Amino acid sequence: MAIRPLDAVRIERANLWWRIGSLAPAVIILAALSIWPVFNLAYLSLADVQWASGAAVVEFVGWRNFHELFTGEPVFWAGVRNTIVFAICAVTLQMIFGFTMALAVRRASKLGRNVLTAIFLLPIVIPPIVIGAMWRLLLGRDFGMVNFIFASVGLPQIDWLGDPQFALMSVIIVDVWHWTPFVFLLTLAGLESLDQEVFDAAKLDVKNRWQELRYVTIPLMMPTILVTLAFRMILSFKVFDEIYLLTGGGPGTATEVINFSINRVFFAQDRVGMGSAMSLVTIIGVAAMIVCANLVVGRRRKQRTEA
Amino acid sequence: MNARRSLGGIGGNMMAWGYALIILGPMIWILSNSFKRQIDILMGTTIAPVTLSNYQQIIDSRQSQFLWNLWNSAVVSVTATFFVMVIATVAAFTLARLQPPRWVTFILLGWALVFHMLPTLTFVGSWYVMFTSAGLHGTYTALILAQIVQGLPMALFLMIGFVMNIPRELVQAARLDGCTYGQVFRHLILPLSMGGMAAAGALTFISAWSDFAVALNLSNKDTMTAPVAIATFAQEHQILYGQMAAASMLSMLPALAFIMFGQRFVVRGLLAGAVK
Repeated sequence: MAIRPLDAVRIERANLWWRIGSLAPAVIILAALSIWPVFNLAYLSLADVQWASGAAVVEFVGWRNFHELFTGEPVFWAGVRNTIVFAICAVTLQMIFGFTMALAVRRASKLGRNVLTAIFLLPIVIPPIVIGAMWRLLLGRDFGMVNFIFASVGLPQIDWLGDPQFALMSVIIVDVWHWTPFVFLLTLAGLESLDQEVFDAAKLDVKNRWQELRYVTIPLMMPTILVTLAFRMILSFKVFDEIYLLTGGGPGTATEVINFSINRVFFAQDRVGMGSAMSLVTIIGVAAMIVCANLVVGRRRKQRTEA
Repeated sequence: MNARRSLGGIGGNMMAWGYALIILGPMIWILSNSFKRQIDILMGTTIAPVTLSNYQQIIDSRQSQFLWNLWNSAVVSVTATFFVMVIATVAAFTLARLQPPRWVTFILLGWALVFHMLPTLTFVGSWYVMFTSAGLHGTYTALILAQIVQGLPMALFLMIGFVMNIPRELVQAARLDGCTYGQVFRHLILPLSMGGMAAAGALTFISAWSDFAVALNLSNKDTMTAPVAIATFAQEHQILYGQMAAASMLSMLPALAFIMFGQRFVVRGLLAGAVK
């Protein structure tokens, strides 16, 4: 059927509207609720904000908030340090456990893998606050299950969440419990997508499973491993919910993380200007890490496709 | 060689099943606690008389409005998921198949990726100021808008991936038959990406349902969602462990339903979203 010229014009016009109209909602939402807030933060961070009957009274104070943040907010910087320690330790352990299990399960039966997948999905899909509530009960000093088990095998009772020596470690353990299954599922999918022919061809050259792992599997999996490592570490800067219920940042500043400082300064202490300065510094720092991670990953991908 | 391989396989499998037990143990323990009296929980009694009082307390006592909290969670996450899926799917079709200017794609997707990875808390303060100035603090609208913008980037990436899987030739053929882009979307893309929408929708719903950081600061007493209510259980003078466990179990139900009836979609969404 031939298209008449008039129809062609009408179709063109409809198509133009479609192209604009289909992207507009996404652009508007992201601009209004994610880009504008960054500018808003930049503006508020240079100000002192008081609330008068629900309306913000903004007084411009210049760089004072930033000056204070870099000289007089030790709790925030303790939080930065803890967040970095937390991210590195938790994600490294998740990678080791998750990848090892994925290697092991790769050749398991289909039924076994499906049942395991169902169980491993649990920690990923339930609300993090529930995980916090659950582990708070498990790690409690007097009535917790973990100390109950420790007592029954003669180990000392530990105040997991209340002792500054153990608190950060406990929080890391909970996070490892929470996210190892995710790394497992991801690396398992990566392993399953590898070309079986490579392994068949390599059978002639490798002497044992260790060599196969060292010279075939790990090099092939390297992109997946690196991407997962980089992005999981950046994503663990989001941690808030579990720690909120487990320790509330304490004892002292033992488990203080960046998000805690921001939340406390903004909402408990009502220091909107300082909270904005903290948010902005965090946004810039994390965004820089995201860009770096992308450049490294992007370059590796390019090299691989060129090679 | 063969014997050793299977032996190693068994060892590794044992490790995975052991980990499965470590996941299930706490879950079963908290499930059992939700059916115990406070005194039995505190005494660490393993086999205690079963009671439904925790559930009764949180569901129909005067002090608790946990059913209302669950309802709030449902309203916010269902509405947000609906809007996210509509917005993400139409945008994904245009971005994946209609070649918008490169800088549009680059900025939109680049910022979506960065925003997705930034800590939520860095934005909550700004949202609070914005919504309060607009008189929206504590309303469903504020919570839903915050969930929409949070869910959008992931849904966008997932839907672009799924639309990319639809052969380019199909779209071209439909265009040659005189279809507008709108018609191509309605009659071709929409039916063919239903599976993808289910996966992305499941993931969007789960993260909106689980949200705590936003609801903690943007909701008020009437719009308080289930996760915030659970957190308040823990902060009361005397922690009611049984009720906290029961509330936790109830708020896990949607996730359990997804694992039972839509495991395929959840896994698909998780994996596709993580590799991008």
